Amino acid sequence: MSLILRNGRLLDPGRGLDQVGDLVLEGDRIRALGPGIAAASPGSLDCTGLVVAPGFIDLHVHLREPGFEYKETIESGTRAAAAGGFTAVCAMPNTSPVNDNAGATAYLIQRAREFGHARVYPIGAITAGSQGERLAALGAMREAGAVGYSDDGRPVRNAQIMRRALEYASMLGLPVVQHAEDLDLSAGGSMHAGAVALRLGLRGISSASEATVVARDLLLAEETGARLHIAHVSTAASARLLREAKSRGVRVTAEVTPHHLSLCDEDLVPYDANFKMNPPLRSRADRDALIAALADGTLDAIATDHAPHAAHEKQQEFDRAPFGILGLETALPLGLRLVAAGAIPLSRLLDALSGAPARAFGLPGGALVPGGLADVTVFDPAAAWTYDPAQGCSKSRNSPFAGWTLQGRAVYTIVGGRVTFASRGNLDTP
Amino acid sequence: MSPPPHLLGIEGLSAARIERLLSLAQRFHAAAPPRSLAGKRLLVLFYEASTRTRTSFEVAARRLGAETVSVTAQSSSIEKGESLLDTVYTLSAMVIDGIVVRHASSGAPRLVAEHVDVPVINAGDGMHEHPTQALLDGFTILRHRPAIAGLKVAIIGDLLHSRVARSNLLLLSRLGAEVWLCGPRTLLPPEFAAYGPGVRLTHELEEALAGADVVMVLRIQMERMRESFFPSEAEYVARYSVTRERLRTAKPDALVMHPGPMIRGVEISAEVADSPQSVIREQVENGVLIRMAVLHDALQGAA
Repeated sequence: MSLILRNGRLLDPGRGLDQVGDLVLEGDRIRALGPGIAAASPGSLDCTGLVVAPGFIDLHVHLREPGFEYKETIESGTRAAAAGGFTAVCAMPNTSPVNDNAGATAYLIQRAREFGHARVYPIGAITAGSQGERLAALGAMREAGAVGYSDDGRPVRNAQIMRRALEYASMLGLPVVQHAEDLDLSAGGSMHAGAVALRLGLRGISSASEATVVARDLLLAEETGARLHIAHVSTAASARLLREAKSRGVRVTAEVTPHHLSLCDEDLVPYDANFKMNPPLRSRADRDALIAALADGTLDAIATDHAPHAAHEKQQEFDRAPFGILGLETALPLGLRLVAAGAIPLSRLLDALSGAPARAFGLPGGALVPGGLADVTVFDPAAAWTYDPAQGCSKSRNSPFAGWTLQGRAVYTIVGGRVTFASRGNLDTP
Repeated sequence: MSPPPHLLGIEGLSAARIERLLSLAQRFHAAAPPRSLAGKRLLVLFYEASTRTRTSFEVAARRLGAETVSVTAQSSSIEKGESLLDTVYTLSAMVIDGIVVRHASSGAPRLVAEHVDVPVINAGDGMHEHPTQALLDGFTILRHRPAIAGLKVAIIGDLLHSRVARSNLLLLSRLGAEVWLCGPRTLLPPEFAAYGPGVRLTHELEEALAGADVVMVLRIQMERMRESFFPSEAEYVARYSVTRERLRTAKPDALVMHPGPMIRGVEISAEVADSPQSVIREQVENGVLIRMAVLHDALQGAA
């Protein structure tokens, strides 16, 4: 079974590839690519005017299954991923029950094989039940297919346990992913600590609550030589610490979300819980520093922290509503806004969405190379559209970007040579 | 259709409406009030314990002829875990003309306002705003001074947790007062300076009181404090308690105010609280007048 993508702009920043040409897929592999190597034939996809990039990989997604299927399922979450151009997502373990053992990891992989529209790479818990006390079944979860470890949303508080997790995971060759937050500093907070929070009478989550834990974990990673990944970096201080650590060769990678790159606390619609996530939208200066850190590679990857919640959960008092927003279906156009604004080149954006996340977690794909995985994202960089979460693929609608006019949208998402999303024919563009 | 005339905060309130409310309160003070709200039904929804504010609203509503339905967190399905919106939907179905909301969460009255089509009055939300308190404080000052513009107003105590301070800060600085905020650094974050021109911050009580025309004393809100903000009550009293001795640096006829409930001997000495300069009891009386003005203004226009 072969698939031909004809006359697209082939773009793979990792290989310095940027030329108009054809891409030929055979089975689940890329067979060949280059200008004029394939003729138009029945079933080939005309990619004229479109960008053909390595399949996007999202390092940070909450699929909510098992336990919270009313928010999202593996089926709906991966459908949203495919619609957003993602060919693979890493699934955080904070389900019910928590993915802290081989059985849970294997179950997730099995369900994703049956119902998935994208590859699902499980991230196992660092500690049993993500309680922060005893190490989870790290080795067994790796055998079952886990690609990293995180207690996301419940940071590892005890430095000694964090140190042992790093040591043990390094033996297994997998990264430890930290949601960096000092829970004493952030206690009771529901948005960034600053003038806006003060005026709204909301308790704040200070920048230091993130950066102090980033600093601690960088020291532990340096001392142990283990691989550390910092999730959803939100502050200038964290970026500065990461830049310094990387310059000395500490084995650390980091991700940033599209919303932290796009919004700041001043943009928050008062008490609208669709603007409530953790870490929170920071100051304008923080946002600018994150964009600069993405540009210079201090922040390796863009990850969405896609966190669906039901409408009745978000339509509550702001301080009671749960943290988290959708991300999969808006990541690409929000990234392209940065490109259009001249903040980052297109090549850096595509690397942050494909090659960089693949390297960070040692995942296959993330490249357009003969013999490589046939995971490909084809998008129209010019397509203008208005985002309406109600029309999206996620089961939930909690997004601060509802009603935004965006530019750029996936046209074909191809996983292992199979088209899992195609918008051609129903794309609402002129 | 324009939204009902909610009163969610001093922020966003037009100068014309502030003026109208203050003069309505004056009118109700001067003459027996009309039964302008006869036949109207007001839902008084209190999610947080309160004696004076709830009673004040109920008395104000009755004086204007309205019927009140009071629901408190302790006596209702709220206790059983029903969401705020579901409670409001249920009670709204019983035909009401307005809702007064007190809630521990900042922004809760706005959430209610976004989902009902009757006026919503904020009776205090979390650490955010307490607009009727600020209006009654402004009204009280105006009964003793010709104007608020040019006055030095010192607000002393727990600024961080105080919705009264936030609403007063907005109202008084907008009416032209120079507002000094004073408290320990842990209860007075520097971001308060961003509230606008004419706002001054100090941690020294003497500086705040010097030449003040109005001294507003705030209670230490132990119920909103999750951690330690100062070493001890004794140390707070030593540094910030408003005593007769310390009040000497203020103007001789400076007004002393307190939104209540007041803890004598902590934030304010009994001597000061009971002195002729104190208008604390008058604030309570004026509270009813201002709430009559607010209810009359919001509900009379509503069909």
